Amino acid sequence: MARMKFLCDADRCIECNACVTACKNENEVPWGMNRRRVVTINDGKPGERSVSMACMHCTDAPCQAVCPVNCLYTTADGVVLHSKDLCIGCGYCFYACPFGAPQYPKVGNFGSRGKMDKCTYCAGGPEPDGSKEEYEKYGANRLAEGKLPLCAEMCSTKSLLAGDGDIIAQIYKDRVSKRGYGSGAWGWQTAYRETIKS
Amino acid sequence: MTRGVAQIRFIAAMLAFAVMLVLAAPVGAQQPVNPTASSVKEEQLLQQLKRIQGRGTIPDTKSYVIEQPEGRDWRHFHEVTLRWIGAVSIIGMLVVLVGFYLIRGMVRLESGRSGRVLVRFNGFERLLHWMTASCFIVLAISGLNVTFGKELLLPWMGPDAFSTWSQWAKYAHNYLSFPFTMGVVLIFLMWLPGNFPNKMDVEWLKEGGGIVGHKHPPAYRFNAGQKMVYWLQVLAGGALAVSGYLLMFPFYGTNIADMQIAEIVHGIVAVLFVAIMLGHIYIGTIGMEGAFEAMWDGTVDANWAKEHHSLWLEQEEKSGKVTTPPSQGAMQAAE
Repeated sequence: MARMKFLCDADRCIECNACVTACKNENEVPWGMNRRRVVTINDGKPGERSVSMACMHCTDAPCQAVCPVNCLYTTADGVVLHSKDLCIGCGYCFYACPFGAPQYPKVGNFGSRGKMDKCTYCAGGPEPDGSKEEYEKYGANRLAEGKLPLCAEMCSTKSLLAGDGDIIAQIYKDRVSKRGYGSGAWGWQTAYRETIKS
Repeated sequence: MTRGVAQIRFIAAMLAFAVMLVLAAPVGAQQPVNPTASSVKEEQLLQQLKRIQGRGTIPDTKSYVIEQPEGRDWRHFHEVTLRWIGAVSIIGMLVVLVGFYLIRGMVRLESGRSGRVLVRFNGFERLLHWMTASCFIVLAISGLNVTFGKELLLPWMGPDAFSTWSQWAKYAHNYLSFPFTMGVVLIFLMWLPGNFPNKMDVEWLKEGGGIVGHKHPPAYRFNAGQKMVYWLQVLAGGALAVSGYLLMFPFYGTNIADMQIAEIVHGIVAVLFVAIMLGHIYIGTIGMEGAFEAMWDGTVDANWAKEHHSLWLEQEEKSGKVTTPPSQGAMQAAE
């Protein structure tokens, strides 16, 4: 089995936000929630970099560990998914997540956040693959169709990479050695406890 | 003449330009333009700061934090540290109480009942106490469920039933916090007179009070032990209310680190509070004869007051508040 990961090559990201739009459209993510977003660091200063960030599908995921009802699980592909039927909307996964991935449909006063929503790596949820219930709750299940997440698939500069961790790490490594620089595989040390040394 | 000066100036300027070119040439030739020479690097940012933050384009400002590795530390607190603190303090307190009961047993009324009674807590005081206490019990159980539920209840309840229960527990926890906070504030105000520490408390503590020691050191309406419970519940209740409302209104003037700190304070204070209250429940029920009726019926026997609150009894006797209720008087006569 492949170990699915995301990698954002910040030296290529042009902050076009097409990944954000593609994600929202493909998964019918409700108004007010963003499973993926682009953040610009040192905005307007020399050396600014934009990074597209969503759930990184961590190894030994912190959200999964802190969930008081154990509604999160990791699939054989290394994708972290959750059950909206079990989620009680306590908000703990957001405190534990190093990447701010979990989203809640409501503002959250009086503990009424609603069911947590986050990037599924376009892999749906616990319902049967491709079912109507799965789509309504979690959005598309492209992985079951043999496709990668749409955000990475349609990235105009191929900054955002998705796929087997070893393969995308090799692509990034080759890029860094060829062009002679790289600002790092953002989030990899925190999410997967490894960095890509070129 | 002016023309000659201009010519010299021109030549000097050309020479200076040539020197600049010569100096600049090797830099341009040896170092190709490196567009990331000054770029931010993740590693560097993480070493400088604990959090990486930038500028986003969506209204949700929380999302501008792209990386906060301290989430992993908070996870360790919540899953390991808090469980240990909770388990040691609560189970430890239970062990101490069982051991104490086996050794000391129930503290009896040494001189029996006199049949004369006096009011210890009026109706309003008891109502407030039991309102706060019942809220506390629900809050404690629903709160402990968040930390220990998935280990203790989930295996035999199953995921669906456990989620339903946890959802209701969460709502109960959130909404009962309001009457509980009101109770803590009113208890603070109501019993504040009489809970200021004084000289008697030092003596009382030296003698080990009426429960550890076997003597009956004098005390006014509240002895040093009760004053400690009073102040602990005020402080713990206050800390729980503040941290709890921060958690209930997430990200109102707080950031992710503040939310984590609020949860850490809430968790630690809560488990210690539960442990303290177990001690309070013990003394108020099986630990001491005549204590429970003070809060349930509102009255205590004069002999109980003499043994545990002698100075308070004197005050009450002076103002003529000690009475002989007809029913108990009749029972005494029949004996």
